[in-house]
Amino acid sequence: MGRITLDKVRKAFGDIEVIPPLDLTIEDGEFVVFVGPSGCGKSTLLRLIAGLEDVSGGQIRIDREDATNLPPAKRGLAMVFQSYALYPHMSVRKNIAFPMKMAGLPQDEQERRIEGAAKALNLTDYLDRKPGQLSGGQRQRVAIGRAIVREPAAFLFDEPLSNLDAALRVGMRLEISELHKRLATTMIYVTHDQVEAMTMADKIVVLRAGNIEQVGSPLELYNRPRNVFVAGFIGSPKMNLITGAEAAKHNATTIGIRPEHLAISTEGGAWKGEIGVSEHLGSDTFFHVTVEGQVEPLTVRASGEVSLSYGDTVWLTPNEANLHRFDAEGLRIA
Amino acid sequence: MATKHSRMSARLMISPAVLLLLGWMLIPLSMTLYFSFLRYNLLMPGMEEFTGLTNYRFFLTDPAFFAALWNTIALVVGVLVVTVIGGILLALLLDQPFFGQGIVRILVIAPFFVMPTVSALVWKNMFMNPVNGLFAHAAKALGLQPFDFLSSAPLASIIGIVSWQWLPFATLILLTALQSLDQEQLEAAEMDGAPWIKRFWYIMLPHLARAITVVILIQTIFLLSVFAEILVTTNGGPGTASTNLTYLIYMQSLLQFDVGGGSAGGVVAIILANIVAIFLMRMIGKNLDA
Ligand SMILES: Nc1ncnc2c1ncn2[C@@H]1O[C@H](COP(=O)(O)OP(=O)(O)O)[C@@H](O)[C@H]1O
Ligand SMILES: [Mg+2]
Repeated sequence: MGRITLDKVRKAFGDIEVIPPLDLTIEDGEFVVFVGPSGCGKSTLLRLIAGLEDVSGGQIRIDREDATNLPPAKRGLAMVFQSYALYPHMSVRKNIAFPMKMAGLPQDEQERRIEGAAKALNLTDYLDRKPGQLSGGQRQRVAIGRAIVREPAAFLFDEPLSNLDAALRVGMRLEISELHKRLATTMIYVTHDQVEAMTMADKIVVLRAGNIEQVGSPLELYNRPRNVFVAGFIGSPKMNLITGAEAAKHNATTIGIRPEHLAISTEGGAWKGEIGVSEHLGSDTFFHVTVEGQVEPLTVRASGEVSLSYGDTVWLTPNEANLHRFDAEGLRIA
Repeated sequence: MATKHSRMSARLMISPAVLLLLGWMLIPLSMTLYFSFLRYNLLMPGMEEFTGLTNYRFFLTDPAFFAALWNTIALVVGVLVVTVIGGILLALLLDQPFFGQGIVRILVIAPFFVMPTVSALVWKNMFMNPVNGLFAHAAKALGLQPFDFLSSAPLASIIGIVSWQWLPFATLILLTALQSLDQEQLEAAEMDGAPWIKRFWYIMLPHLARAITVVILIQTIFLLSVFAEILVTTNGGPGTASTNLTYLIYMQSLLQFDVGGGSAGGVVAIILANIVAIFLMRMIGKNLDA
């Protein structure tokens, strides 16, 4: 079981309030991703849940029990750190065994769990090596192994993939998702990378300056962002945000349109513009189009076959049904 | 230093320095060796003659030699134990955030800057003196008999004085090592259910192994040749109770004017120091490999 409830949880370092009072419920077995720009308080929030920081106010409940003042070891949570935090002088086997040794598990049970974790994580051949002799991905897996063997109520990940190269990151992303499906244990995953959030999460929590901007499934966030910040943060490439006269025509302060909801044509359309840089991904091509009367170029997705070059004149037409409208406070209108 | 050419020129460049160092070390060493085979007494100048191993025989069969050997070992080991354990405890303490941390750290390092002669004299006259010393006053205030440290427990007292001098060094090295420990490792261990004492034992102490090795190696070199502290406090006495090898050689060659015997003692000391060095490197040198 791993249902975690945050009730008006607050955190201040001295006079600086990093996390204003915040409510959040994480259901048992859910894969929740905290996402937000660097310095927005994601790690702090995770460390509050882990018990590595004391809350300045509010209550943390784990499985309905008040855990606000429990020491980290008593909360039944396992954490995977960004730096992996492996014990450098212990072999992989000893690293993985460490939490079980501290819990005083019988030797044969320890062996059994180490074997299981090593097999699941492809570490069997490396059990007698020291962490210093492993690659980044392998170290990451050892850190995960050390968390798994404790059979925790929930896993906490703090940007676990940010030290890996791009290809490895995609692989580990899949492995962690698979692990979640297999174990069906609650996982809380912190990242600043919205692609990781979109691909892995059951539920995304978007944070900005310690505030929760929106909570929802990846597609909810993508299709109905609650405000301009979420609209701009979720989705790659970013949503085009347009202010001024065009927005006023739609009775809004800001309107947003995703690159795939803009049609591009060489004959005619709503907005006239000029092609800037184009990014060819093979299947798709993204054109950056400078539209008359707009400061920021708009990003447009077209099929990979469309061939337009720098300086060509084009017309863009937004798909009205997919237009997002935001008011002066940046909140979504209807 | 990859190519043959660059290795060659590197060797050429450092060779003057190497030759200079070699001469610097070899000339005194060979002169000591040469003197140790001579009957050479300063009271009888011009009477030097070759005597073979006689000097060695006298030195090694002198009962004072075994006492000095034992005292040297006791002094080195005693000071190492006190400074390493004390240094770890102090480092743990100084690593905690507290008010006035900067000033306290400077104060802790201060003893290292006091000259051995001065500190030994201060200890002798102001602390350990059985009449005027602070310890005597404290004992009298408690209604106890003052303890005459330097005559009743001379070696232990010197161990105390030398430890006081070296404790800052050990503390400093161990403190820097402790501060370089990745905090996330400690947090991970905390989440893994390790209470403080186990975090210390399984995480901090192994992390400190390297620094402890450095402290032991460097201190051993200096502790084998402790001299000033003995000279100004006990003069090696009572009897030979606080005479170490260095002091014995000094007595032999300068108090008894026997340069030959002193040189033989010097050679013996060099051999013993090398045996210690080999043992140390075997035992703990592997901690220094990256
Ligand atoms: N121990 C601390 N003392 C003071 N300020 C801190 C401390 N830890 C974090 N902060 C501040 O809290 C804010 C959030 O930090 P963090 O949670 O690490 O952000 P994120 O993980 O989202 O990048 C930052 O502005 C950071 O400077
Ligand atoms: Mg962070």
